[in-house]
Amino acid sequence: MLIDLIISAIKAIFVVLLVLNLSAVLLWFERKGSALIQDRIGANRAGLFGIGRRLGLPNLGIINTFIADPLKIFTKEDFVPDRADKFLYTLAPFLALFPVLISFAPIPFGDRLIVGSHQIELVVCPLTAGILYILAALGLGVYGAALGGWASNNRWALLGSVRASAQLISYELTMGLSIIAVVMVYGTLDLQEICRAQSGTWFGWLPKWGIVYQPLGFLLLLVAGIAESRRIPFDLPEGESELVAGYFTEYSGGKQAAFMLADFAEIVLVSALISTLFFGGWQVPYLQSDGFHLPGGTWLPLSNPVVALLGFVAFGIKVVFFCWLQILIRWTLPRFRYDQLMTLGWKGLLPLGLVNLMVTAVAIVAVGGSV
Amino acid sequence: MPLGIFAFFATLAVISALGVILQRSPVHSLLALIVTLLCVAALMIGLDALAVGLLQAIVYVGAIVVLFLFVIWLLNLERDPEESGRLGIKLLAAVGAAALVGELTAFLTRTHMSQQTVNSDYGSMAQLAGLIFGNYLIAFEVTSLLLLVAVVGVVAVARRWPSPRLANRPPTLSAKPQT
Repeated sequence: MLIDLIISAIKAIFVVLLVLNLSAVLLWFERKGSALIQDRIGANRAGLFGIGRRLGLPNLGIINTFIADPLKIFTKEDFVPDRADKFLYTLAPFLALFPVLISFAPIPFGDRLIVGSHQIELVVCPLTAGILYILAALGLGVYGAALGGWASNNRWALLGSVRASAQLISYELTMGLSIIAVVMVYGTLDLQEICRAQSGTWFGWLPKWGIVYQPLGFLLLLVAGIAESRRIPFDLPEGESELVAGYFTEYSGGKQAAFMLADFAEIVLVSALISTLFFGGWQVPYLQSDGFHLPGGTWLPLSNPVVALLGFVAFGIKVVFFCWLQILIRWTLPRFRYDQLMTLGWKGLLPLGLVNLMVTAVAIVAVGGSV
Repeated sequence: MPLGIFAFFATLAVISALGVILQRSPVHSLLALIVTLLCVAALMIGLDALAVGLLQAIVYVGAIVVLFLFVIWLLNLERDPEESGRLGIKLLAAVGAAALVGELTAFLTRTHMSQQTVNSDYGSMAQLAGLIFGNYLIAFEVTSLLLLVAVVGVVAVARRWPSPRLANRPPTLSAKPQT
């Protein structure tokens, strides 16, 4: 009993640390990568006693992003605007960050790991309704942006809040519809079960990943996911050319860092969801629980810890790939106008999601209820 | 469900429900309402109805209360108007509250409390779907139609129709503001 509690605690701490660290790496990639894309140099000022320069290494901005910026941001004055709602103003950054962090609980990051007599499922909280749990947590995430802007007593911030909440509840529908289609294909709400169902191959070489069943669903979830994380081209809530910085205009110091961290953690969440639902999660092509079964018929036996580790690495690679893709999109496309955003959501993506759902339902009935 | 967990969420639900009606700022009331709804969802999950509890959180916290927030913003309700304490309204409210308490008491005392073992799939998504889209399909669809009618009604009432005098005026093309 105690050992189970310890294992659960280790898994939870592991996942939270992983997400927070990946968010920081994404922040670094966003700064240096955007510089690369725009043919700038990017962060290159801070160094440690000139060691890197003396060794002739290029300054990659690592000291800037991981040491100098956090030091700066956490030693800033923690400013509260005049006549702001102090309680809600303080609560809002937590309301933004907390739901995103807890929504990683039902996402599996590997298959079973067998240590001694213990079978450890590599997922923080194996829930039978894991997808519903993620959607509920995302629904709670609206309030961070909504209440933060309202409590700031600033018109730009309030406009940002109104835009954020309207955008989030509009695109949640598309997100839900694309996820429901996947759920119908696999007949379960348990993300670990969905991952397990994506093992094996067709014709001996094509991995049985969800994207083969649901290519349109994947695109819908990708677009809706970027809109959920409020990034360009959907960054109307914080559009800096119109609203200063939107709902977190008045925030500074650690509270602003919490909002920023929530944004980056949401990118990781969307990537993890996409990889789990459409790209097999921790599935490695041709890898079964006893080793590789290559298309030619060769069998390469592997022990359980190696298989679990390979699965975890595969999940990590998939997540990082989709994070990279989202940042690339963010630095490639211009921002939508607000009416375009709403038209795309309600007249473009929502009908497409409904059609996808209909086609999926008809196809499932046509093949007799099992895929 | 362990008694401690039930007591915690039940007490929190009652306290936050009081917070909904006792606070002056509508947005603070809204926040208290969110806490109440989440506590009720937690109680449902504690009773092994995981899907129902999570759906409650998705539908109410994720969608309906956001709409309440929009109503507060759009109507610009900063504080309760002080005028709301007229004697007639207070009397009417007291009668309504007394009726509600009486009804709930009658309901609770007449309900036959019995312990019975539920099936192993109790509270599962499959069972829920079977009830909604099987046994109670017509009631479910009629309710959704009712909500649609309500939404159309609200749009019709809240929309500011142009007054007929302005509507009959030919559209002006000049950039000069009309006096």
